[in-house]
Amino acid sequence: MRIVVPVKHVPDIHSDRSFTEEGRVARGAQDGTLNELDENAIETALRLVEAFGADEREAHEVIVLTIGPADADGAIRKAYQLGADRGIRVTDDLLAGSDIFGTARAISGAIRKISAEGPIDLIITGMAALDGLGSVIPSLLAAELELPQLTLATKLTVENGVIEITRELDGVTEVLTATAPAVLSVTDHINTPRYPNFKLIMAARTKDIATWTLADIDVDPSEVGTAGARTKVTKSAPRPPRELAQLVNDKGEGGLALAEYLIKNDLV
Amino acid sequence: MATHSVLVLLDTPTIEVRSAAKELLTLARNIGEPVAVAFEAPNEKTIEQLKEYGVRRLFLGTVEGGASHHLTPVAAELLAQAVEMTQARAVLASPTFENKEISARLAYAIGAGLVIDTVKVGLEGDNFVGYKRVFAGSWDVDCTIRTPIAVATVRANAVIPAPADTPSESLEIVEFSVAPSELATSAYMVSRTEHAPIAGGSGRPKLAEAAFVVAGGRGTNGDYGPVEELADALGGAVGATRDAVDEGWIEHDAQIGQTGVTVAPRVYIGAGISGAPHHRGGMQASGIIIGVNSDADAPIFEICDFGVVGELQDVLPQAAAAIRAYKEGQYEI
Repeated sequence: MRIVVPVKHVPDIHSDRSFTEEGRVARGAQDGTLNELDENAIETALRLVEAFGADEREAHEVIVLTIGPADADGAIRKAYQLGADRGIRVTDDLLAGSDIFGTARAISGAIRKISAEGPIDLIITGMAALDGLGSVIPSLLAAELELPQLTLATKLTVENGVIEITRELDGVTEVLTATAPAVLSVTDHINTPRYPNFKLIMAARTKDIATWTLADIDVDPSEVGTAGARTKVTKSAPRPPRELAQLVNDKGEGGLALAEYLIKNDLV
Repeated sequence: MATHSVLVLLDTPTIEVRSAAKELLTLARNIGEPVAVAFEAPNEKTIEQLKEYGVRRLFLGTVEGGASHHLTPVAAELLAQAVEMTQARAVLASPTFENKEISARLAYAIGAGLVIDTVKVGLEGDNFVGYKRVFAGSWDVDCTIRTPIAVATVRANAVIPAPADTPSESLEIVEFSVAPSELATSAYMVSRTEHAPIAGGSGRPKLAEAAFVVAGGRGTNGDYGPVEELADALGGAVGATRDAVDEGWIEHDAQIGQTGVTVAPRVYIGAGISGAPHHRGGMQASGIIIGVNSDADAPIFEICDFGVVGELQDVLPQAAAAIRAYKEGQYEI
């Protein structure tokens, strides 16, 4: 089984996140990290290939794929620590300023190149990137690659090339099936990602990461980056921090104080 | 004023036009002619409400060949047909996960620009602009759409819904059907089951759209009684943290956070919630934030407008009683 897991290098949610003057998400190497929700996708992929047994593990491949400058290697190294077999980073100055369509086009270009080497069974992503939170890349990959989309899986089975997922949406549970190859996204409820083991941590430091340019993946530069973007951030500004809260110690009348706050401010 | 069509996707045409959809219609009217789209026939209440909001046309799409319109790529093809028929310049939808997928597939198919989770959509010159609040509500961003057609999902509680000055005299229902592509039906829907309402509260507003949200975390110790009581006094919805959901104290639908429901109510009250980043990412864009926690050092107090340091089991029922009395005109301050 060959599985591709597209991952993203994102600013740590505990850090002070910001935009650059060009309206792009500021990405610093020191506080960047593998998007946490991508760990669920990597875990899903690893469990699928490990299910064939340790003897057969080498016949199967989990490939992680990312887009971005050299910092983004951090996301792939983290995936290596977890047990991914191979990492590819697509990088090109012309990708700067890509919107979600440009990003999906570049990821799809790389997936096509991987698939030209040998058939891919599944493409698995996390449910969202914790910086943009758009959750639309899996749908766009399915459209680009003309594959079934099975998104937001909380449960997954793959048997004889038939994939079945359960997805929990707001107020509804759906069960969907499709035949591989397909694009899947998984939520953080599908599994608990493993901790890296020492041996893999050491090996991840020096493991090779392939870098591909737009020319390598046969993507027209006019369709990605600032040139191809259908949207552009034209203004960005930090919001003033909230003023420090007025805190009331409950000495028997805390609930009344809360009600009065709502009433006085015309909130009820 | 521009007269191009702005499509509004209705989530619950068989029930009513909920307040989030009224916000979309209000927004649509500000930037063009609001035109409703539905994939299930509207009931009388929906029709009357659409007329109040100045809607003159509803496009009712059905799928040929028996595939479910709940398959999001299929819904996107229906919507693309409605865009074609109306020559619409913009499409607005609520920000459910389904609608994000539909919007993405639609925008992909018709070459439109897409902005997800806006708080408002405006027209600046010839361009639509999606206004967003990002990074857990800490930054404001304007996304200008460079394509002629704009697709956007819009969060609830960002616009005050307002009926039209002149309601429509009639609502024309234009029926159309689409034979979905092989690709759109390449996944098959085995089953679709609607959940019971959160904590059994069938009269409560939907969490993602409620103007008041009372959320409980670890500090509830699994008893959501006080949380529900205050939510009901305010006419609000009940929410929870991931911890509480993982403990099995409350349904998954109640989970507020980056991977659950994103809420931005007028008033958010977090009780027994520490305020971890994942939860904050799903509620920090709320209008007023109130915390109730027995620990004065809980991080939630750092982002609050008002806070009570105390046991939620004491504070919430007392607040609920005072609010009920106020609403009945029996409580003055």
